[in-house]
Amino acid sequence: MADKSVTRRDFLVKLAQGTSLAATGGLLWGYLVRQETRAAPFALRPPGALPEADFNATCIKCGQCVNACPYDTLKLAGAGGDIPLGTPHFTPRQIPCYLCPDIPCMKACPTGALSPKLKNINDSRMGLAVIDLENCLSWKGLRCEICHRECPLKGKAIVLETHPREISKHAMFFPIVKSDACTGCGICEKACPTTEPAIRILPHKLVQGRIGEHYRLGWTFETEITQDFQPAAPASSEAPAEVPKQAPGMDYLNQGL
Amino acid sequence: MSAHRSPGLGARLWSWRYLVLRRLSQFGFLLLFFGTAHWGWQLAKNVPLLTGNLSASEFIALIPMADPFAVLQILLTGHMLQQEVLLGAAIVFGFYMLVGGRVYCAWVCPVNVVTDLAGWLRNRLQIPALFILNRITRYFVLIAALVLSAITGVAAFEWVSPISMMHREIIFGFGLGFLALLAIFLFDLLILKHGWCGHLCPLGGFWSAVGRHTAQIRVRFDKDSCTHCGDCAKICPEPQVLNLKRLEEVGYVFSGECSNCGRCTPVCPEGSLRFDLRPLIGKHNAVAVRAGKGN
Repeated sequence: MADKSVTRRDFLVKLAQGTSLAATGGLLWGYLVRQETRAAPFALRPPGALPEADFNATCIKCGQCVNACPYDTLKLAGAGGDIPLGTPHFTPRQIPCYLCPDIPCMKACPTGALSPKLKNINDSRMGLAVIDLENCLSWKGLRCEICHRECPLKGKAIVLETHPREISKHAMFFPIVKSDACTGCGICEKACPTTEPAIRILPHKLVQGRIGEHYRLGWTFETEITQDFQPAAPASSEAPAEVPKQAPGMDYLNQGL
Repeated sequence: MSAHRSPGLGARLWSWRYLVLRRLSQFGFLLLFFGTAHWGWQLAKNVPLLTGNLSASEFIALIPMADPFAVLQILLTGHMLQQEVLLGAAIVFGFYMLVGGRVYCAWVCPVNVVTDLAGWLRNRLQIPALFILNRITRYFVLIAALVLSAITGVAAFEWVSPISMMHREIIFGFGLGFLALLAIFLFDLLILKHGWCGHLCPLGGFWSAVGRHTAQIRVRFDKDSCTHCGDCAKICPEPQVLNLKRLEEVGYVFSGECSNCGRCTPVCPEGSLRFDLRPLIGKHNAVAVRAGKGN
C-alpha cells in the first residue's frame, strides 16, 4: 500500500517535471523564433513578396528565387545577420532589382511566398524610394537628375519639378517620388552619385504615412457639403458672360481686368 | 576482427563500402545543389540541374521536391501553399515511405557528416557519457515544433534548424551558421553520445515515424547464424533497434529509427545482418532456417 502512494507521488513529480521542462523549452524556442522573425523591419523582399508576416510564414528558404535571378540581386540571409535567417532579400546600393518583365524569381518560388498574383513587374512594390532633401544634389541647386534618368518608370515614379531660382534665369529641377508608381527596385539608389545615396529604398511601412478616413479633401470631389461652395457654373456660350451691373462698391477690385 | 590478422586493404575498403557510398551520396547532393547555384550546371540550355536546397528544390526544371516536415509546419501556421511545393513534399514523402524514412538521415542529411565525425572521435578518445537522455525526446521535440508552428505562425523548426542552416550556408555562402554546427559537434563529442541525431532532431523523429511500417529496404536478421557477439550494437548509432530477442521474432530490423546506414552489416562476423528487400525477407529467412537445420 505504501508502495502505491510513493508510486503515485513519483508519477506526479515526474509529470510536473516533464511539463515544466516542455514549457521552459517551448517558451525559449518560441522566443527565439519570434525574435528572429521580427528581426528586420528594413528587409527588402523580392517582387511579389507577401506582407512581411505572411512572407516569413510561407517562405521555405529554399533559395530557388536566388538561383533564378539573372543579376545575382537576391541573397539568402545568413545566420547572425540583421535579416531574418535564410530569407531572400536584396541591397539596392549593391545590386538593385532590374525588373525582369517575366519575373523569374517569382516563377521559381514553389510556395507562393512570392505571389503569382503579380502579373506586371511594374506593379511590384518592394519598397519606396525616399529622397534626403538635404543631401540631394538637385535639391541643393546642382544639376543632377541621375535618379530620374535611370528610373525605369521615369516621369511616373520619379518626376522632375522645375522651380524658378532667385535672380538666375536657370530653374531648379527637383526629383519627386510618386508612391503610386514607384516599384522600389532601387535602380535610383544604385545610380545616385553622392557618397551615401541621397535616395534610398525603404519598406513602405517605415516611411509611408496614412491620413485616415475621417479627412474630407473637399476640393477633390463633390459632396453635399461642398456643393454650397462650388463656383457657379460658367454661363452658356449663347449668352456671353457680362459683368453684371452692380453698384460700384461691390466688386471694384476686379473691375477693369 | 582486428584481433585476427589484419585484413588486406581490399577487404577493409569492402567493409567500408556503405560508409563510402553514404559519403558519396551526401556530398553528391551538396555538389549538385552547389554546382547548379554557383557554376550554372545545366542538363540542357535553360534546364538547371538541381535548384534550391533540401527545404525545397527542383530537379531538371521539372520534378519538384520539398521537405514534407517543413511543409507540414507551414501548413500548421494556417497558410495555404502553392501546388508545386505540395506536390514536391508528396514526392519526397512517398520516396522515403518506400526506402525507409531515416535513409534521409544517413544518406542525405549533411549534418550526419558532422555527427558521425563527433561519434567516431568520441569512440577514439573514449569520452564517457555525461548523462543519459531518453531517445523518445526527439518525438517530444517533433510535437513541440508542430505546436509552436501553430502558435507562433511561422515554421518553428525551420527558423532554428541547424540542418537547413548548414545546407543553405554551404550552397549560398557562409555566415555564422557554422557556429550552430560547432555546437552540435561539441554536444555529440563531449556531452551526449549520438546526441543530436539519436536523441533530439525532430526531423529524424519525423522520418522515423514515416518509415516505420512501409519501408521496403530493411536489414534482414538471420537468427541461426547470429552468435550474439554484439559487434553490431557497438557500432550502431541507434543500438536500441538491435534488440536481438525482438529481431528473432520479426526477422529483420523493423524499427523506423534504423537509418539504413549499413554500419552493422560489414562488421557482423557471421554475416547475419544484410540489406534485403522486405517482401523477400521471409523467404530468405526460411531458406536460412532450412540450411541451418540441414547442418
